[in-house]
Amino acid sequence: MQMIPPAINTLPRPAAIDETPGPAFDQLQKKHKLTIAEYARVKDILGRVPTLAELGVFSAMWSEHCSYKSSRVHLKRLPTEGPAVVVGPGENAGVVRVSGKLCLAFKMESHNHPSYIEPYQGAATGVGGILRDVFCMGARPIANLNALRFGLRSHERTPFLLEHVVKGIGDYGNCIGVPTVGGNISFDESYNGNCLVNAMTVGVIHEDHIFKGYATGQGNIVVYLGSATGRDGIHGASMASGSFASQDANSRSTVQVGDPFTEKLLLEATLDVLDKGLVIGLQDMGAAGLTSSAFEMAGRAGNGLYLDLDQVPVRTTAMSAYELLLSESQERMLMVVEPAKWSELQRVLAKWQLACTVIGVVTDTGRVQIHHQGHLEVDVPVDPMTELAPKYERVTRARPAPSVSGPSFNQSAINAIQVHGPSALLLDLLQDTGDKLPLYRQYDRHIGTKTVHASESQGAAVLWLRSEWADPGEPYLGVVATATCNERYNRLDATLGAAHAVLKSARMIAASGGQPLAATDCLNYGNPEDPEVMDDFSRGVDGISLACRELGVPVVSGNVSLYNETDGHSIAPTPMIGMVGKVKDVRLCPLAAPIGPVELFLLHGTKFSPEFGGSLAAKALGLPLRAGRAPLVDWEQEREAMAFLGELSGAGHLAVARDVGDGGVLACAAKMAIVHGHGLALDLGELVGTDGLSGYFGEVSGCYLVAFHSGSTAAALHNANELRYCALTRVGAVKVSDEVQWGQWSLPVAAARHAFSSSLPLS
Amino acid sequence: MSVPSAASLTPKFSPSGKLRIGLVQFPGSNCDQDCFDVLARHFGIKVAPVWHTQTELPALDAVILPGGFSYGDYLRSGALAAHSPIMIAVKDFVAKGGAVLGICNGFQILTESHLLPGALLRNSNRQFICEYVHLATASGQSVYHKALAGKVSRLPIAHGEGRFYVDADGLKRLQDQGQIALRYASPIGLTGPDFNPNGAVDQIAGIVSANGRVLGLMPHPERATDSLLGGSTDGLAVLEAFLSSFT
Repeated sequence: MQMIPPAINTLPRPAAIDETPGPAFDQLQKKHKLTIAEYARVKDILGRVPTLAELGVFSAMWSEHCSYKSSRVHLKRLPTEGPAVVVGPGENAGVVRVSGKLCLAFKMESHNHPSYIEPYQGAATGVGGILRDVFCMGARPIANLNALRFGLRSHERTPFLLEHVVKGIGDYGNCIGVPTVGGNISFDESYNGNCLVNAMTVGVIHEDHIFKGYATGQGNIVVYLGSATGRDGIHGASMASGSFASQDANSRSTVQVGDPFTEKLLLEATLDVLDKGLVIGLQDMGAAGLTSSAFEMAGRAGNGLYLDLDQVPVRTTAMSAYELLLSESQERMLMVVEPAKWSELQRVLAKWQLACTVIGVVTDTGRVQIHHQGHLEVDVPVDPMTELAPKYERVTRARPAPSVSGPSFNQSAINAIQVHGPSALLLDLLQDTGDKLPLYRQYDRHIGTKTVHASESQGAAVLWLRSEWADPGEPYLGVVATATCNERYNRLDATLGAAHAVLKSARMIAASGGQPLAATDCLNYGNPEDPEVMDDFSRGVDGISLACRELGVPVVSGNVSLYNETDGHSIAPTPMIGMVGKVKDVRLCPLAAPIGPVELFLLHGTKFSPEFGGSLAAKALGLPLRAGRAPLVDWEQEREAMAFLGELSGAGHLAVARDVGDGGVLACAAKMAIVHGHGLALDLGELVGTDGLSGYFGEVSGCYLVAFHSGSTAAALHNANELRYCALTRVGAVKVSDEVQWGQWSLPVAAARHAFSSSLPLS
Repeated sequence: MSVPSAASLTPKFSPSGKLRIGLVQFPGSNCDQDCFDVLARHFGIKVAPVWHTQTELPALDAVILPGGFSYGDYLRSGALAAHSPIMIAVKDFVAKGGAVLGICNGFQILTESHLLPGALLRNSNRQFICEYVHLATASGQSVYHKALAGKVSRLPIAHGEGRFYVDADGLKRLQDQGQIALRYASPIGLTGPDFNPNGAVDQIAGIVSANGRVLGLMPHPERATDSLLGGSTDGLAVLEAFLSSFT
């Protein structure tokens, strides 16, 4: 393989950029989002003025999106180790052991900016990107989840974004054949100008066949696989690293276009060549395209690369080196291959009708050197692009504490409920957290024949794994997965709010009969150059770290999305948490809503103190968003409740279990009843509080509504006697009735169902 | 309806007496693994993969065309797959009285190949629809009609282009010859527009060939074989009928 021209070091360089001070240079610098100091460092590293292609490469690699330059110093604080962890952060996806040699590879990633500009393609390619991150490790994807945030239902752009994002997610996942089984969606004014599209993929992989993206072995060839390169998505990484102005909604050219059919071929081809041992290293061409995959693979291996851009398959003419390097055309992979295996590789890939071309070779130079049409376009050392990329300890400044204290805000909420009317409020809550089936119905949730519970079951997603790699003693082994975050708590308290995101995920897993194994995070925040946003971010990392340590759930992969702001308005802090857990026997998984009448019990802390700060009730009542306090957390109680649920479900007692979340106990119980057309009678007794309302509408942590299989109630109540921090209290029943009744109030089931089913702002 | 003898097909049972079933994999097929899995777990049958570029079928008793997005479903669903090399052999197999089961995209490929009449158009609501539906068995003489007679089956659908269409004459022919196999229905088997998820003509979810040996259906029987997965095992009866169609 004669890849390297003998005279590489004497190849002429193209002209350097013109750095004459003036508007032209200012614009160049601004477009590439390099600070004056960063540009000086570029020149320092090169010992000369960069070429345009080099400037583009530095811009992409040092973008927030690729370098994590604002976040890296904080991310170090996350707990990443645990007995089940096989691969932690830094690889394409995290890997955790679930049973025997069976592992799960999973990660969540954002595609916020592209989805706001072009929601269909933005969301679709978000799904495509996270799938590639998982399958390029050799894992077969078995489930997709997504966590979506849109502006208010009444905002003019919301119905359009919602419709097209959902269609984009559905079309991509449906075509490639990975079920979309779970996730979470909400509407909040802070996303009016900046929606969030966070996509998560879970794959299965054998512990001994995990593949990493290393460009090792001097003389090995670099192979380009997949779609040809076009001009789509150039500068996607730097777009994702800057703030929006509202007119940017027109900048469609930076959004990539997805082709799930090609991705399906790429998936099968990748798993095929990895299985046959034909590849040394492999990496998805994601953000910053060929540039980032080349530097990351070289960086991990401590090697250099020589690339010849004249060999790159193109779908359009006259592409410059700059464009070839920064294109984010989808469904492409970069592979490192031993020359002796090249012909066999070609033979295998021909089956999948995918183009593959040798475009370079691994060198020992520690540099990435790139040739295009007779010129040495790029000649840059690897380290400053990866490990030694800039990192900043940005200024933080704590926000002022919420304007109103917890007790005083709670009182004003009670007053507001009395004015608004409890029945009217319940209808508001049911509408706000209502039925998403019209969306989920557009997702294939059953393909793969593993889906025990999907999104519409209203709890976490549960899949029956049936893998020969698992411990044979666990034939009904399952995985349970979630993706969620409560932005209202995070707006109020960035530390506690982030901890709540972890807790909520873990509680949903516990309520599905699972044991949390590990988490992935997708940290969506505003502009890090705003000290208050940076402080939110830092506190968010602290909150996640705290909760993950207290619950023993390591973070094994993740993604940071900053600059989520439009016209100077940052989003509410949104540290989305994806979590996977193990279910020993999927036959024992409780339901989130009973099929028929049941007695309802509340599993709660012995200290039961509902809060209205950041509550759904406060949002519905139009109360201030930064007032009061989010529910306090008692870690002993949380752990005990989860362990108790595990015990109950393991013993086969638990028929129904549901984490009490947004909207409080009443809204949660009402949804459990009305979803299958039943009525409800709920009486919280002393738990309701002296005002007669707090217990129904306030929000609490560590609290679940549960029901038992017939004949199991006595045993469950008996076991509950040993609880130290929790109590199990009978609070009513789901029954055959046309009324939702609580305390002294009631409303017709039909009215509740109407509110519940008119939740979505569909155009 | 006369059912011709399958005797013109070479005897296909393997020497051990096991059924030989092939499944055609097109690029973009994505329900292939589910079919392999279900037939292995529930019936002990190891289904043989057949690649779309092959020009001949191995010695087989029956063929499955699985769901998915063959060739990306570009142009029209199933249109490109209908012109792949293997389909010439499948047509020959059908002409000799061979048994074929086309599920979802497989059904689309069967109509595009003119092995079954009609066409599958975009759903009337123009959205992909994934949900459980109930299916009433229509009247007819095929093994499917006999095996499923009087039964209401609950199976999942998952398609964007599943609205069965055939012109008035074609519909009359299907009705008169007892070729309609399954219709979308209420849980107790009532048919009517209210229970039609995609706008299909005459609520048609699946049809058989004139000889009763080729079944195309939009619902996925292979996804409804374990009560753990969605609560229905009604897919087993459809698969059993398929297995009995050539035994």
